Amino acid sequence: MAAAPLPAQEVCRTVLVSSKPARRVLHVLFLALFLPLFALPLLVIVAASFATNWSGALPSGATLAHYRELARGDALTALLTSLGTALAASLAALTAGTWAALAAQRLGRRARRVLDGLFLLPLAVPSVVVGLALLVAFSRPPLLLNGTPQIVILAHTVLVTAFAHQSVTAALARLDPAYEQSAAGLGARPGYVLWRVKLPLLLPSLTAAAGLCFALSMGELSATMMLYPPDWLPLPVQIFAATDRGALFSGAALAVALMATTLLVLLAVSRLRTRAGYR
Amino acid sequence: MTGEPSFGARSTAARTGAPGSWPYLWALPPLAALGLVFLYPLALVAWQSVSPEDGGHSLAPYAEVFAETSFGTALTHTVLIAAGATAGALLLGLALSLVIAFVPFPGGRALARFIDLFLAFPSFLITLALLFLYGTVGIANGVWTDLTGASHGPLDFLHTPWGVLLAEVTYFTPFVMRPLLAAFSQMDTGQLEAAASLGARPWRIVRTVILPEALPALAAGGALVLVLCLNEFGIVLFTGAKDVVTLPVLVYSKALLDGDYTGACVVAVVNIALSVALYALYRAVMPRTTRTTTAGSSGRTAGARNGGRAAPRTGGVPHRAGVQ
Repeated sequence: MAAAPLPAQEVCRTVLVSSKPARRVLHVLFLALFLPLFALPLLVIVAASFATNWSGALPSGATLAHYRELARGDALTALLTSLGTALAASLAALTAGTWAALAAQRLGRRARRVLDGLFLLPLAVPSVVVGLALLVAFSRPPLLLNGTPQIVILAHTVLVTAFAHQSVTAALARLDPAYEQSAAGLGARPGYVLWRVKLPLLLPSLTAAAGLCFALSMGELSATMMLYPPDWLPLPVQIFAATDRGALFSGAALAVALMATTLLVLLAVSRLRTRAGYR
Repeated sequence: MTGEPSFGARSTAARTGAPGSWPYLWALPPLAALGLVFLYPLALVAWQSVSPEDGGHSLAPYAEVFAETSFGTALTHTVLIAAGATAGALLLGLALSLVIAFVPFPGGRALARFIDLFLAFPSFLITLALLFLYGTVGIANGVWTDLTGASHGPLDFLHTPWGVLLAEVTYFTPFVMRPLLAAFSQMDTGQLEAAASLGARPWRIVRTVILPEALPALAAGGALVLVLCLNEFGIVLFTGAKDVVTLPVLVYSKALLDGDYTGACVVAVVNIALSVALYALYRAVMPRTTRTTTAGSSGRTAGARNGGRAAPRTGGVPHRAGVQ
């Protein structure tokens, strides 16, 4: 019974369309939809970042100039700004989201639903409105944050906390309560159970949530557009500024930098996660 | 032991619905933080929307904004584009997921992974890419001018609602595919085999066996995408079209370009009302999804072996985007 699901799956997959030509047609159709819609967009951005002109079927005027531009000046500052914002926001979001998820688990059913609902609410509210709300709330005393980097970080935190909360809640639901019960039954204090049993078990999910929060914060544009001060321009804002003034190709190079950084961090996090999973 | 109840015992008590004073105390700090940085600002937006510039409090700002033609067009655009993009993403997502799950080919799983990558990238990259694909410069028009010798290509739709629609369908299709693939991978295969051995044709199996099973996942994914489309800003902003204005763009332009904060708050309240109502609907659909998708699996171990891939609770939200 142990390996049951996989072979069963194989069987069902072959029964649905049994004739080989029909399968071939379906696959061609699939690729005809999939490649232009999903693979091509990412490829053209990379191709454009090495070009100066694109008036034919292929880009022309191969150059590394956009990347040289990137290594100095505003672009590098923007990348560092984005990294700093994403790091601060995902750490804060992870703390708040995990705390809320752990607290919610100990509440009664109805109270838990309310708490979960409140923490997921930022998903439903448009990011632009979250930006506007922070602008309205923190442009007046007692808390004057308008025009500071903190308000951007705050906005990102609000937006990604929902994802952290959701991931941790899902992980908690899958967690076998037997571990903490036996630890508690052996006389471990609640704090000890949380720190030495529950959090280590949650670690893989926590790192995954951190990676997701980081990626989302790196690419956040909507709320940032409402809030960014002139001395704190994250990368997406720079990309918009570049394309808005018609510099599509340097915009593409900036976008490649954004994607590469996000991917590198996600990769690092997933390696960390595998290691954590083996513990 | 001391008289203090153990952690496990307390949490079981809480789960069975007997609230102690401790659990609520623990929930307070995160709630207070959320209140300060999210709920209080939202309340201020609502308050500002009923506070006209000339003092006092009335519904006059609403009457004023509702009377503007720009608001009417923005509302229509938002709803039409969101509905269209959701329908497109549902159809496309269903078709692609069916092939990946039931007509497998080498590399199909890797493609599914690749789609997850989309969830980690910001939406505006799609618009940027479309500029190089179908823009006035770019592949499609470039091929046309190369072939025909014309001075410019035939495609010029990126600055129209169709460009926004194409970008949103592309970006949001993965949000439909994730819960669908999860549901498919947990589907009870006995029914499929029975239907196939009784001679049912593939289309009939899809319609009568697969679709009813996948309906909750489809509904959840669709509702989520509808909300996300209503709130989408980056894609529309990057299109740079003056005549494609949606509600979020109107909030942005009223607040930052016109400096009309009260008007922006009015539009924001309308946008929130629309999205939150739909989101509540989505949350109402979600528990049914959880039940249906877990019912097919053989309990805890199957879910664990999938590495939590199904994670029914997270539905269409990219809780794992690219990280596994």
